[in-house]
Amino acid sequence: MRSLVILLAAGALCAQSPKYGVGRTPSPEEIRQLDISIAPDGTGLPQGSGTAAAGREVYANRCAQCHGEKGEGRDSVALAGGQGTLKNPKPLRTVGSYWPYATTIWDYVNRAMPFKNPGMLSRDQVYAVTAYVLFLNGIVGENDVMDARSLPKVRMPNRNGFVADPRPDVKR
Amino acid sequence: MSEEVGTSRRRWLGLTAALGAGLTGCKRSTPEAGSGPSLLGKPVSAYGERSTFETAARALPDTRTPETAASRTPLQDSCGILTPSALHYERHHAGVPRIDPAGHRLLIHGMVDRPLIFTMDEIRRLPAVSRIHFLECSGNSSGEWGEKTGRNAAQSHGLASCSEWTGVPLSLLLAEAGVQKRARWLMVEGADACKMQRSLPLEKAMNDALAAWGQNGEALRPEQGYPLRLLVPGWEGNISVKWLRRIMAVEEPYMVRDETSHYTDLMPDGTARVFTFMMEAKSLITFPSGGQKLAGPGYCQITGLAWSGRGRIERVEVSTDDGRTWRDASLQEPRLRMAFTRFYFPWNWDGKEAVLQSRSIDETGYVQPTKEALVAVRGLNSQYHYNGIKVWKVLADGSVSNA
Repeated sequence: MRSLVILLAAGALCAQSPKYGVGRTPSPEEIRQLDISIAPDGTGLPQGSGTAAAGREVYANRCAQCHGEKGEGRDSVALAGGQGTLKNPKPLRTVGSYWPYATTIWDYVNRAMPFKNPGMLSRDQVYAVTAYVLFLNGIVGENDVMDARSLPKVRMPNRNGFVADPRPDVKR
Repeated sequence: MSEEVGTSRRRWLGLTAALGAGLTGCKRSTPEAGSGPSLLGKPVSAYGERSTFETAARALPDTRTPETAASRTPLQDSCGILTPSALHYERHHAGVPRIDPAGHRLLIHGMVDRPLIFTMDEIRRLPAVSRIHFLECSGNSSGEWGEKTGRNAAQSHGLASCSEWTGVPLSLLLAEAGVQKRARWLMVEGADACKMQRSLPLEKAMNDALAAWGQNGEALRPEQGYPLRLLVPGWEGNISVKWLRRIMAVEEPYMVRDETSHYTDLMPDGTARVFTFMMEAKSLITFPSGGQKLAGPGYCQITGLAWSGRGRIERVEVSTDDGRTWRDASLQEPRLRMAFTRFYFPWNWDGKEAVLQSRSIDETGYVQPTKEALVAVRGLNSQYHYNGIKVWKVLADGSVSNA
């Protein structure tokens, strides 16, 4: 019996072993540098923190030009408003009315914003500006501290608004 | 002797058919016999360019941020099933990065037994395959939901193109890294300025996705992800992440911006469909199509393109009488799974107003719906995945409009 188990384990190892042996093992540091993804449960969020009060100035300097003073949208998409409009003839999809997770704001600001200089904001600034966008939507208070613990706990208004793809759904 | 005559006759018929399928359509000019160039022509060149008489070009948007924008393939000028790389549609979210392949790396990590990092040289050493597949932005034809439909084929359907892609099956790379049993999804990420990121179901990745480095017989164009991109056949273009730099195996999707805020389909009841990857069967008459003009009544071969993310195109039906009657178009071989299929339909234009439409049926039996049927189920705000029947109207003066 034991030999059977060993045999099966050996078989599994064989099936899993690399066939070509091309490529090399990255160092943990290499992985850390490249891995910037943030999961909805907060996995990947770094140390640091910020409040909407601290984010107001960052937003005014780095975001308002495209997204508007109050997140109403200008050259780019609106970030605030629109709650309760998703069934309307003209729905307004914003962070507040549409996005299911607050962690997604941190992730996208960190990886892609500001549009012309992504990566220029510090971690604290990303937390602060995330807090400010949530504040503009009335989701957090001006002095609520957003960090790796509190941000995943923020309850987004449209958290349960998403459904699986039922297609094919249209008969001719 | 008779066989020779037959061969040359077939060749002649083939040639005229090819001419007919070209831009000029019904206008046919006969070349003067013996009128070839008498001046010495251009010498050989290192990298060819098209004739200076040809002007087909991608349609560009009017926008203040062309780095996050789309350009459209001029399908009205297309022939065959392949899109020239220079005319392949573009959709970028943070511009086209300039990447030196010598410095580019692909990292595979997360829930794998052996994290791996590859150089481009290493990826090119691995067994490659070449496959012909369409790519279509899920926002293609989004204007068709509304009243103001696309006035020509590029404007209505130009966010779709078809290329031969060469690369390493993703399943091979993932097997090298040894994906662990609990993993269900891959986070895939590009090296552009916004580090474009999506969650890709592992099952699809293992089934037929490629890490592609070649397109139409040469390296990928920078706009198409040079030096390395994902190619996820039949699924919305955005998941085929360009400038691919990282793949992380995970248990659950990460719900990133481009699968929540964007690329989700809002329904009339206020809910939104998420992970709507499939590009359902679609078709388009490319000649005669909006903006073109027929020179006069007479024989005029209708042609167009059909495609389905679910597999092969089995049938295309064409109507020239505003949908009253439909007849089968002939399908040009090869009909490949999840690739453009070219169709032809013989037509004698009587010089009166005519309404032209096509509808495709794929190997699963799915029938391309009308706009009305789509809207009845999904309303007017779902934005993505429009695949309704496209209608062109030929007016009495021969001009073609978007009805």
